[in-house]
Amino acid sequence: MSLVFLIFLPIIAALFVPLLFKKIGQIHTGWFVLVVPVILFIYYASLLPVTMDGGTRVSEFQWIPSLDLSFIAYLDGLSLLFSLLITGIGSLVVLYSVFYLDKKREQLHNFYVYLLMFMTAMLGIVQSDHLITLYLFWELTSISSFLLIGYWYTRDRSRFGALKSMMITVFGGLMMLGGFVLLSIMGNTYSIRELISQAPEFISHDFFTWALVLILLGAFTKSAQFPFYIWLPDAMEAPTPVSAYLHSATMVKAGLYLVARFTPIFAASGTWIWLVTGVGLFTMFWGSFFALKQKDLKGILAFSTVSQLGLIMSLLGASALGFHVEDAAGTVFKYAAFAAIFHLVNHAVFKGSLFMVAGIVDHETGTRDIRKLGGLMSLMPISFTIAMIGSFSMAGIPLFGGFLSKEMFLTAMLAIAEFDLFSMDVWGVLFPVLAWIGSVFTFVYSFYFVFHTFAGKHKPEELPKQAHEAPIGMLVSPAILAVLVIAIFFIPNVVGDWIVKPAVLAIQPFLYSSPAEIDIHVSAWHGANTEFFMTLGIFAIGGLLFWSFRKWKQAYEVFPDNVSLNRLYDSFMYLSDGGANRFSAVYMTGFIRSYLVYMFGFLVLIVLSTLVITDAFVLDLTNNAPIGVYEIIILIALIGSTITILAAKSRLTAIIALGAVGYSVALFFVIFRAPDLALTQLVIETISVALFLLAFYHLPKVSKKEERIRFKLGNAVIALGVGVTMTMVALASHSQKILPSISEYYKETVYTEAGGGNIVNVILVDYRGFDTLFEITVLGIAGIGIITMIKLRLSKKEGQHENK
Amino acid sequence: MEIIMSVVIGFLFMAAVYLMLSKSLIRIIIGTGLLSHGAHLLLLTMGGLSGSAPPVVADGVSTADYADPLPQALILTAIVISFAVTSFFLVLAYRAYQEIGTDNMNLMRGTEDYE
Repeated sequence: MSLVFLIFLPIIAALFVPLLFKKIGQIHTGWFVLVVPVILFIYYASLLPVTMDGGTRVSEFQWIPSLDLSFIAYLDGLSLLFSLLITGIGSLVVLYSVFYLDKKREQLHNFYVYLLMFMTAMLGIVQSDHLITLYLFWELTSISSFLLIGYWYTRDRSRFGALKSMMITVFGGLMMLGGFVLLSIMGNTYSIRELISQAPEFISHDFFTWALVLILLGAFTKSAQFPFYIWLPDAMEAPTPVSAYLHSATMVKAGLYLVARFTPIFAASGTWIWLVTGVGLFTMFWGSFFALKQKDLKGILAFSTVSQLGLIMSLLGASALGFHVEDAAGTVFKYAAFAAIFHLVNHAVFKGSLFMVAGIVDHETGTRDIRKLGGLMSLMPISFTIAMIGSFSMAGIPLFGGFLSKEMFLTAMLAIAEFDLFSMDVWGVLFPVLAWIGSVFTFVYSFYFVFHTFAGKHKPEELPKQAHEAPIGMLVSPAILAVLVIAIFFIPNVVGDWIVKPAVLAIQPFLYSSPAEIDIHVSAWHGANTEFFMTLGIFAIGGLLFWSFRKWKQAYEVFPDNVSLNRLYDSFMYLSDGGANRFSAVYMTGFIRSYLVYMFGFLVLIVLSTLVITDAFVLDLTNNAPIGVYEIIILIALIGSTITILAAKSRLTAIIALGAVGYSVALFFVIFRAPDLALTQLVIETISVALFLLAFYHLPKVSKKEERIRFKLGNAVIALGVGVTMTMVALASHSQKILPSISEYYKETVYTEAGGGNIVNVILVDYRGFDTLFEITVLGIAGIGIITMIKLRLSKKEGQHENK
Repeated sequence: MEIIMSVVIGFLFMAAVYLMLSKSLIRIIIGTGLLSHGAHLLLLTMGGLSGSAPPVVADGVSTADYADPLPQALILTAIVISFAVTSFFLVLAYRAYQEIGTDNMNLMRGTEDYE
């Protein structure tokens, strides 16, 4: 089967899940679901030999060919590594969830549909070669993660966590889309492979830095980097299999994948190196420091995930330095990319097992609060063993996989400090220092996690349930992961050759031409060098801090709770919601006058400023008609009656004065040689005044008290503005007639072509008869509308029904 | 003449807008009436006021002497349409008086928050 269709296998399988759940209720639905990731894992594992030789597989499915949109599955070392993680840990998580979620009480069909959706989305992200489909799958992970976090949707905390993660990751996703669009404009292609091949041309492009920052925003929000990590601890409201799968092994690594994938494009820039390495290291330090403050097992793991993701991120940033060094393959910089990928694998393995242990503890004791737990060592020996293996690997202790990646991490950070480009030589010293402090705290919280849960005094009276060992099925998945943790320590070079080196080739394609060229040999003992002594220091200081933890943990109380990034997020959400409400409450007054003021105000502003800016006002008196006596008299009558309307105390006077205005206009029509207009105006003004009188007669009694229109300066200014604007527009347009009128044609042909003498009438019914047709329609509709309004009294009829 | 007419039209617009900003429903409709008068006169003025004969074919009148017929046809259409709309509004206002019992625009607000 083609690679690109395998991406969609999980989501197609998801279609059948509800059916299986409803029809075959006695078997846990998870067993059926388990088949999908296992098949995929076996298939992807069979492709390992291809990438080990530096080979790739490409498969394309055209989606919208006219827009150059297609699903392209591109499988190289990096994609395959992630695909294996997704399907491998996916299988273990599904197996674990079979025992974790009860088939009677839980809505399993929802759970597995979301999980399979997520699996497709993740496979799509890591295999897409097309920027737009990559974005599509990216958002699908946000959505399915949202659904999974809110799985227990009756709980407030779940909904809050789901919304928060949605807001933050979708914000980053949209920024990333912007970056993708800029990138595709720069390279005139959507294909990531083609972009990488053109990468050296981009550095001088105007969009380069923008694309870089926007894409990094996407990666940082998804991978929970500072300051966007705040959604991850709240996402711990999800069921534990979800936390283990999404929020430790896969989704949060999507940002790392993105950074690794785009390193060949952006590595040429110093901004990239500073941002990725700096943010990563700071996140590592920050996350490890605050992990110790957590009281919840999953909270500790969430902060630890944040910290470890920061570590990997900083290594990826450091790997970009390899592009700036002559003969990088021979220097220590080559370690960074290798260490990043190696630790990524390590972290996925041990963090998955730790989450599963946290879930087991929760499941078997009823609480995840570390203050109530303790002394479970003898009650849950297997869980304890697994937890210890995972934690020791996280702390970087020998005999466990984490030790090896920690050594390489320190090597890479020490190498950065000596790098003398982009002013690294000045600030670069901070990198190993931060890395070391972060590692110390990592050591402390790893011990805190395992020993405060399993060692110490057992407190059965505080636990909701009687603690006992978990069923064997639940222990299988974490046990497999724990075995892997140890295996990685003893066969690091197998892992390195099979998985890590092909991935490194994808990150640093300009340095190597095949995985075999990467001559990194991992060994547990690498001599008594600086890294070794740093590690000894970590153990010593970390052990000391852990031993005295109860004495100094008050230090965390120094940081006030109300000054935090979460508080910032909350108040931002509150302000944007409440602020928008208050803003619309200010201008949406509900008074028709306000809206008219806005409209007239903007009319005046726009028209007058256009007149001024375009220098359009011209006054030309040459073509003017002479001024006659009659015109002046009628003008005086017109203005006089208008002023009467404005000044009238009684509305009746105003109506009569309006009639006077109408008749004056009719007289104008007489004087300006428009007989038909004069006739129509006279008749219509008469009817209008009659209608006005009708409306006046029916005024409600309460408001019949007549009062003069009250003078308001604001209204007067607006009105004056509109009047002045109209006058200026009229004068300017009259003074600048460019073309002669088309009326000459009507005048000449009215008799010969149309056989009529009255030019206006001929225009109305012959030359431009359609206008007349629809003007008749308007009149007809108005008539029907008036009849309907008067005859139709639905509210009263309804009232009668109610009375019956 | 066109200059004076432009100023008068501006004055009509000003009065119309001022009335439309008031709170009495009937004054608002009076304002719209003034506004349409202003618009009609504007159409006529912009067509030019210089013709010396009405646009009806007669012996001894050259085509140059006729007033421009096209604006007149447009105004005729506009008068009928504005009449239709004004009468509809008036009956609407009359019905509003009957049902709501007020003609004060300030009491006819649609938003519930302010009541």
